[in-house]
Amino acid sequence: MSDTVIQNPEPNYLEYQGRYKGIFAWIFSTDHKRIGLLYLYSMLVLFSVAAILGLLMKIELIAPGKTIMDAQTYNSFFTLHGITMIFLIVVPGLPAVFGNFFLPLMIGAKDVAFPKLNLLSWWIYILGAAVALSAQFFGDGPPDTGWTFYAPYSFRTGTNMLPAVTGAFILGFSSIATGLNFIVTIHRMRAPGMAWMKMPLFPWAIYGTSWIQVLATPIVGITLLMIVLERTLQIGFFDPALGGDPILYQHLFWIYSHPAVYIMILPAMGVISEIIPTFARKTIFGYKAIVVSTLAIAFVGYFVWGHHMFTSGMSGTALYTFSILTFLVAIPSAIKIFNWVATLHKASIDIQTPFLWALCFLFVFMIGGLSGMVLGALSANVHLHDTAFVVAHFHFIVFGGTGYAFFGALHYWYPKMFGRMYDKGWANIGLAVFFTGFNTLYLPMFYLGMIGMPRRYYDYVEEFHGPNIVSSFGAMLMISGLIIIITNLVRSARKGEIAEADPWKGKTLEWTVASPPPLENFAEIPVVTKRPYDYE
Amino acid sequence: MSNHAHIDEHRDDEGAKTGMWIFIFTELILFGGLFIVYSVYRYLNPAAFHLAAEELDTFIGTANTVILLISSMTIAMSISAIQYQNKKLTLILMGVTILLAVAFMVNKYFEWSGKISHGIYPGSPTLMEASQGEILFFGLYYAMTGLHALHIIIGVAFIAYVMRLVVKDEVQHDNFTILENSGLYWHLVDLIWIFLFPLFYLIT
Repeated sequence: MSDTVIQNPEPNYLEYQGRYKGIFAWIFSTDHKRIGLLYLYSMLVLFSVAAILGLLMKIELIAPGKTIMDAQTYNSFFTLHGITMIFLIVVPGLPAVFGNFFLPLMIGAKDVAFPKLNLLSWWIYILGAAVALSAQFFGDGPPDTGWTFYAPYSFRTGTNMLPAVTGAFILGFSSIATGLNFIVTIHRMRAPGMAWMKMPLFPWAIYGTSWIQVLATPIVGITLLMIVLERTLQIGFFDPALGGDPILYQHLFWIYSHPAVYIMILPAMGVISEIIPTFARKTIFGYKAIVVSTLAIAFVGYFVWGHHMFTSGMSGTALYTFSILTFLVAIPSAIKIFNWVATLHKASIDIQTPFLWALCFLFVFMIGGLSGMVLGALSANVHLHDTAFVVAHFHFIVFGGTGYAFFGALHYWYPKMFGRMYDKGWANIGLAVFFTGFNTLYLPMFYLGMIGMPRRYYDYVEEFHGPNIVSSFGAMLMISGLIIIITNLVRSARKGEIAEADPWKGKTLEWTVASPPPLENFAEIPVVTKRPYDYE
Repeated sequence: MSNHAHIDEHRDDEGAKTGMWIFIFTELILFGGLFIVYSVYRYLNPAAFHLAAEELDTFIGTANTVILLISSMTIAMSISAIQYQNKKLTLILMGVTILLAVAFMVNKYFEWSGKISHGIYPGSPTLMEASQGEILFFGLYYAMTGLHALHIIIGVAFIAYVMRLVVKDEVQHDNFTILENSGLYWHLVDLIWIFLFPLFYLIT
């Protein structure tokens, strides 16, 4: 947008030495860029652990009967895998890492509105993670409810539920603080001249996401608190023995947790909306349509939670309403797909690693989205509910959508964040292995679900054996891909070629500053005159 | 923060207030979850809720409502006082707000301990023999008024912290957003009580 590359004599944010030294210069830093990296490193560690748990589960499923673990271990593995992946990685993921790092840069601000609150939210995140994960190491065994903590089992099970639920409750505060911070930042700190309709699409996506974080998270907060009170003080909320209604728990849980799916996917769509015009060297097609569909998803996403409960017991009217709304919420997502594809039409595309990630995103996201339509249809849902089909569907959306966008964003903004370029050859090989493994892992699970394999079982009948072997093999391939990708990125942070300020010829504001960005981002706050993605 | 100290301190009163309002939304939604649970169970157990609500002392409830309404007034007046540059009056009004909050908590203490001495508390043998609707009513009563009382404590801590800033002249007539924010928070605490009061004490 701004044409001049600002040469800044200040030290960059990685080298800057403040009052604290060593690791303290990071964990007490209120610099949004350092906080973004703190989140990134925390999440990479947690992600590796949770991914290995996933791999172990797939190895268990390579043959019927007990292979490497017993049923209770399997139960605790899928619970921990779910809690970690959902509450600690994909929900906070893109906003906390890339929102923190790039939101101020993209709107031409020096930092977020409340830098101290921003640091506090990372500390709350670490506290929540520590509390949630402590459930594994003491008490009466790791939790085994799955990440949904369904009542009444969540307060009847003898396992160590309390830390897990409390941890998830604490993490909610981190999420709310981040969302609140970003909303105020976007309202108050856009550079002069950056009207709402001149704001790049990633900040727009963060804006929609932040509102969901702020308006939906308190519901899960209070619901989890009720579970805590029910377990500790025997206050009746959801226990039928005390007159409570377990279905009410499901409603309250999904009132948050369905919008949470859009907390995961909206910023992912924002990332793709940045990557595609940059490598297509072309203005994004239908900027306004993407903005409106972002807000529409954030809004309609509130009213579809019932589709997680089609088999739980609801009135016919409620079923039809939730089903039709589920189909409606797919429309804005489809609008975005059409816009991205239309942007590529007659473009002079520069095929680079981040662009390949975006293409793979489109592929897996469409499979994930369309399989969601299958589940949103009432009759099909009754057949497929609680089967491997559901697991395949949400991994295509959550891992395929958010995960691909996360790695896409990492490869797109890596040179800006670290000032170095990764090895593009290895990055592409890693992606190819990962993408092949991903599809080999999850596609057979659609089939397994359709022929009736239930989810969350460590054992299965002989008929399911064949596809499970393929799927488990895919898991190993996918993990190999991840190892290549992460090793390449970690190695290049020190040894990669020095990156220039704008290696991809991007037009948004973050590319106008040096790589890595100087401490205060902009020596002078830029004045925005053009629209984003102004390539013509 | 510290290692960032040379950056011009970013001050944005409007932004700080926006942030506070958004936070207040989240608090309302937090309590909203409990209000939903309350309404569902009241609808399912009208007779038991009626019976259980008779147990509560409307007099204490009314007294606490009046106390909180007055405290909301005093905190609002302290915001006016700071704009008239009357530091002493500001501090007095904030102090009165805190005293009223303490009075509220003392009432609450006697109310709760009275209930507990009658054997009405979650998981108590007496309550377990009562009908399911009554168990739910008292569970909700303790959870909702308890969570509200926790907010009173947080509000008192917040106001006390701002009082310290007023004493140190860090909050003045041209820079009092944090006092306004503490007032907003206190009004929220008051507002939630305004809804809790009829739900538990008045509707029988």
